[in-house]
Amino acid sequence: MGGNSDMKLIDENGIRIDGRKIDELRPMKIEAGVLKSADGSAYVEIGKNKVLAAVYGPRECHPRHMQNPAKAIVQCKYNMISFSVSDRKRPGPDRRSVEISKLISEAMEYVVFTENYPRTSIDVYIEVLQANAGTRCAGLVAASVALADAGIPMKDLVPAVAVGKVNDQVVLDLNKEEDNYGQADLPIAMIPRTGEVLLMQMDGHLTQAEFDKALEMGVKACHEIYDLQKDALRRRYAIVNAEAEEETKEPAEDVNEEA
Amino acid sequence: MARSIVSEIKRDHIHKLIADGKRVDGRAWDQVREISIQTNVVETAEGSSRVKIGNTEVIVGVKMSVGEPFADTPNKGVLSTNAELIPMASPSFESGPPDPESIELSRVVDRGIRESQMIDLEKLCIEPGKKVWINFVDIYVLDFDGNLFDACSLGAVAAIKSAIVPAKANGLGEDYPMPTTCTPVSVTSLQIENSLLVDPTLDEEKVATARLTVTTDDNGDLRAMQKGLSGALTLEQVKTAIETSRRLGIEIRKLIG
Repeated sequence: MGGNSDMKLIDENGIRIDGRKIDELRPMKIEAGVLKSADGSAYVEIGKNKVLAAVYGPRECHPRHMQNPAKAIVQCKYNMISFSVSDRKRPGPDRRSVEISKLISEAMEYVVFTENYPRTSIDVYIEVLQANAGTRCAGLVAASVALADAGIPMKDLVPAVAVGKVNDQVVLDLNKEEDNYGQADLPIAMIPRTGEVLLMQMDGHLTQAEFDKALEMGVKACHEIYDLQKDALRRRYAIVNAEAEEETKEPAEDVNEEA
Repeated sequence: MARSIVSEIKRDHIHKLIADGKRVDGRAWDQVREISIQTNVVETAEGSSRVKIGNTEVIVGVKMSVGEPFADTPNKGVLSTNAELIPMASPSFESGPPDPESIELSRVVDRGIRESQMIDLEKLCIEPGKKVWINFVDIYVLDFDGNLFDACSLGAVAAIKSAIVPAKANGLGEDYPMPTTCTPVSVTSLQIENSLLVDPTLDEEKVATARLTVTTDDNGDLRAMQKGLSGALTLEQVKTAIETSRRLGIEIRKLIG
């Protein structure tokens, strides 16, 4: 948070520098099943953010001592690739990404039916290809779609969005400039169906009234994102179905050829 | 890359097909899988590409900054190439410090670019001995189904060709395209039993005995080579691999544009 800044990020008509209204999400694109090697995967674009998530597992747990005899553990690794930000980031984990990985793992562990897979690990790899504020939320959105794409039983999908304060106004889904020069940032992840909050962080400064407004905006946006997540999975299932039908036809042809 | 065990049934299947001059996916021995090249895929990089060869997919970014040259090349920019085998790409990749395989991969890709003098590093000198452009070519493997050497080289070359030197942001005048001189293309031949084949899939790599990566330039001249794995190649096979690399290189170079 750059604190109170003279930088004008919202004009007289309530329009932001990227042309959005204060309660408007950036354009969002979600695609499921984008990688061949992974058990499940998803690609998410939110504004200028580009994020990939891949799921492996349930599989043998590494390190071994992390194994839980009663349930699976969910290990998410959030990582920014070196050229995803304006100054090259040194490859490998730093303190920020370790923290974010932990929070996303915890959120995902709640929705996965981990008791179905004792002693295993479900590994989720989140790679930020291009960053423009809100990557942890984009990562969460991608991770839950990738888990569903892997066919892992879950309570629900997890949409996520950041709400913030810019020029003394509560605004939805901060972009990079708003994040850098804004006054508050409040990332939220939740299950819209039940209203359960799975991730919440905040930095900056919000009054109680501002927080209430921010939360209301965030919840509404999560419902919108949730619909996009479901839609991505439906599109993926349509393709999987078509492929399965293709495959059931093929053996018959093989038999004919050999006969 | 013999990364994990392969079942005997699969091994026999591949061997049997090869004895008849066939491959599992029906390709000819010297046929490359479908290639797709996208450039400018990441706005935060000076140049970038996303390349697919069959199911193998890589993303490459070029980041440039101003820094000091090496003492022995005071009038040349600096090139650093790094490949990351991230766990996203394969169940057999693990996070952690680079293993010998990814170091070999980085170095072979680097050699093709460096030895072909693809980047005109002298034009990336700002003030001899003091200030030059530092180029980081970072390669991330996103999906692994064999032939990383060629996929990473192709991605790196495409990303470099698309790069714009960020002079303005560094107070050095107007931005300009990366100065390049040629388009190196690497083609890897794999030996299985006594047969050679190009652009191997992961299954083919698992049963391979030897590998030869050959990088050629626009004139068809050799710029870099690397033999890998513990098998032996005959001189005849070496010649075939070079001839194939040159021939296929012409087609692949057209795709890069």
